[in-house]
Amino acid sequence: MAEIARPRRRFRWTTGLIVGIVMMSIMVLTAILAPMFLTEAAEKLTPQASQGPSPEHWLGTDDFGRDVLARSLVATRLTLLMTAATTAIAVVAGIAIGTAVWLAPRRIRAAVLRVIEAAVAYPSLIFSLLIAAILGQGTWSAVLAISIASIPAFARLTANMAASISQRNYVSTARLLGVSGPHIITRHLLPNMAEPLLVLTATVFATTLIDLSSLSFIGLGVQNPEYDFGRLLNEGLVNIYSQPLQAVMPSIMITITGLSAMLIGDGLAAATDPRGGRKFGSLRKASEVPASLRADAEALVEVDNLTVTTPSGLPLVKGVSLSIHAGEVVGLVGESGSGKSLTAMSIAGLLPEELGVSAKTMRLGELNLLKKNNPRELATSIGLVYQDPGTSFNPALRIGSQLTEVSRVHLGQSRGTAFGRMIKALADIRITQPEKRMKQHPHELSGGMLQRAMIASTLVTDPRLIIADEPTTALDVTVQADVLRQFRTINREMGTAMLFISHDIGVVQALCDKVIVMNGGKILERLTGEELAAGKVKHPYTKALLAATPSIAERKAELVTVSAKDFALDEVFDDDPATGGHVTTSRTVEETAK
Amino acid sequence: MTEPTMLSKEVQILESTAPGATKRPRGGALSLSPWADYAFRRAGGVLLSVVLLVVVTFFMVPLIPGDPAVAVAGADATTEQIEAIRNSLGLNDPLYVQFISYVGGLFTGDLGESFAYSTSVSQIIATKLPFTAELAVLGIILVLLVSVPAGMLVGILTRGGRKKWLDVSFGMLTGFFQAVPQYVVSTMLVVVFAIILKVLPAAGAASLSALILPVIGLSIAPICSIARVVRRETSTVLEQDYLRTARGWRLPSVRLYARHALPNLLTTALTLAGLILAGMLGGAIIVENVFNWPGLGREIVTAIVNKDYPVIQGIILVLGFLAIVLNLLVDVILGLIDPRTLGGKSNG
Repeated sequence: MAEIARPRRRFRWTTGLIVGIVMMSIMVLTAILAPMFLTEAAEKLTPQASQGPSPEHWLGTDDFGRDVLARSLVATRLTLLMTAATTAIAVVAGIAIGTAVWLAPRRIRAAVLRVIEAAVAYPSLIFSLLIAAILGQGTWSAVLAISIASIPAFARLTANMAASISQRNYVSTARLLGVSGPHIITRHLLPNMAEPLLVLTATVFATTLIDLSSLSFIGLGVQNPEYDFGRLLNEGLVNIYSQPLQAVMPSIMITITGLSAMLIGDGLAAATDPRGGRKFGSLRKASEVPASLRADAEALVEVDNLTVTTPSGLPLVKGVSLSIHAGEVVGLVGESGSGKSLTAMSIAGLLPEELGVSAKTMRLGELNLLKKNNPRELATSIGLVYQDPGTSFNPALRIGSQLTEVSRVHLGQSRGTAFGRMIKALADIRITQPEKRMKQHPHELSGGMLQRAMIASTLVTDPRLIIADEPTTALDVTVQADVLRQFRTINREMGTAMLFISHDIGVVQALCDKVIVMNGGKILERLTGEELAAGKVKHPYTKALLAATPSIAERKAELVTVSAKDFALDEVFDDDPATGGHVTTSRTVEETAK
Repeated sequence: MTEPTMLSKEVQILESTAPGATKRPRGGALSLSPWADYAFRRAGGVLLSVVLLVVVTFFMVPLIPGDPAVAVAGADATTEQIEAIRNSLGLNDPLYVQFISYVGGLFTGDLGESFAYSTSVSQIIATKLPFTAELAVLGIILVLLVSVPAGMLVGILTRGGRKKWLDVSFGMLTGFFQAVPQYVVSTMLVVVFAIILKVLPAAGAASLSALILPVIGLSIAPICSIARVVRRETSTVLEQDYLRTARGWRLPSVRLYARHALPNLLTTALTLAGLILAGMLGGAIIVENVFNWPGLGREIVTAIVNKDYPVIQGIILVLGFLAIVLNLLVDVILGLIDPRTLGGKSNG
């Protein structure tokens, strides 16, 4: 949510990442130390062949009397070196190709991308088999084979990331300024891809490890007398029935190595994911803070002393009380971060679950919105319209099935009935070819049409309250007028109560009976539509909001910028009868915060 | 999509192969239907891939060191015998002559004669492919049936950072099974189920029950990798605006997730599944070796050892061709599920 002030992305240490790094460090230490001390035990041929475990040979000996445990430990060095070399070749070549392609002329780029795409689709094991066969059997040909086979996938991924970055403005600017190609790569592309590339590298390390050992396993990789984990498993698995322990150690070693690389990859991904690391607070609950007299028991909607807090206890909405009477349109105005959307979504019960909600009362008619309610009742009583019709429709489903979802699920209507009613509703708001629209997908319709269809669909259940959260913000000015007209018609003809949220005081002024101005999670001022129209506002913040609204009639007025810091926001022009005056301090807020 | 969501190799592959990601609609083409445009755009790409495949395999395979004529004639053949064999196999013709006759043969479905056995390559492939296809198709079905529900469930349960323990153990478990090499898993399966419990056959393709272990051995790692991708995609989809819209309709959980979240995950899961199926067709080598399964994977290893060029070329061509067809098929299925992927109007 935009409302939450988030600290700059911090590196988060997760359990997995720590475990992965510890395991990998152990493997690296083994790779360094084991060959120093154990080479003789691992490679000297002795007459004690194929023995079981004993005090000298904890895991027994192989066919040539060599210590199985020592061999497994010594093999770590070659395995890690091969895997690291393979990963390095694949990553460096992949990044080079993937970024260079974006500096190439368009035609060459298209051709290279096609080739890469074709190569990615090809089974890479077969490809590396062929390369290994051409290069001959052996350690370094296996390294080359696997790395060459891994290059296309890595190049593809890099090219994709580079594609999105090279379309950004700063890259275009750099190009226009004549910055050289290599410089663009090192200065602009690579730094911006560093994090995902690091994660990818860890993943490639894990897959490479397995691919290399597979090649050794089928006899095309490391050859005698050298040995890596794959080679040991090749020998060990043959003897699995007579000498099961021979395969155990290399299996464990290879699994630990692969797992640690994966955990590091996962951990890096999680550590840099801005969405991660949330905590969860409580759900809705009733607060015991005394009721403010602002709320009205007669009203259709009554919200008394609503607070919304983050899991860390930071209050976002600080004691908001409002009421909406039947047939009334209430506007909630304020800039982004003022808490207006959070207030509306609390009433709708659709806040992100980690936010804690409490209030003395929050009800719609006799529905207690602080409790879990019958889904049917909620769905049919509250109609919801969101800000951006481009994202609030499901891109994968047809319009018709989305618009009739509530009728079919909650009103038990058949598909035919629900569609028929919806088509009629669409025709009523003069949407052309409603039958065809119902069968289309959201991306085929304009934003304005989608928004009007969404509004129309909220009406088929005859809701008691419509909550519209910035319904015109994402639309063109001309379309905005259509949508506002539609809301006004609904209110006039059907008498549905509305809570209308906007940052645009002009839009609210045109539509609402009552206007509530919010900032910093608090209500600053309550006005009637007439007062607002007449400019009878008291709070300097509201005045500034009004002045900042460009109006054609007042073109000459100088443009005002609004900054909440300019005003004493604790001074609230909320003429609450409880205090009997204009100015109250944020008493309830402080109490709630405790 | 912002860059921090592009986090793993799998997701990367998916996002890069997601149709429409790199392809731009060609302006000016007269638009009959999105499908016609799409077919037109794809045809060129498919053709290019096939041509590339034929050229690359034909010229790469003879680079394998060693003389196939020696391999055919046997170690104690005389120089004259070997020369005669070279002539009869057409190995003395200039490379371009060999290429032209090979390509000519391709149009009639003739992939040449095996050097090692006196049968046609198409004959060999026709007898071996069904065994491999059987494994791969059953494998991918198992993969999708297990990984998509499992990944979704974990994604739903851990949404937005909930149930940390489940998140960690899921990551560990799937990471573990991806880290154990296929041949180790397969051997362990044999040891446990065939040797110790004696409930399933250890090797061969004699009975239906002989399929079970190879299919499982082939599927475990892909199940884990797709489940991880589905999990990650689920948590992304659950934060989308359209899911809030659906929550606002207070739908029952099953309908909410199955109808409103699942289709948006399938794009990713199916794209990856297509790649994995192609990989299984070729990558069954390991599993075929462990289970002594008479499929294409074992055949190509034998052919490489024997320097049997026509067989190697034939198998590489057939597998590559299958990969191209599968890719196309996946894209068509995705187009049916989500028409935006056909490209054109919306690109994100």
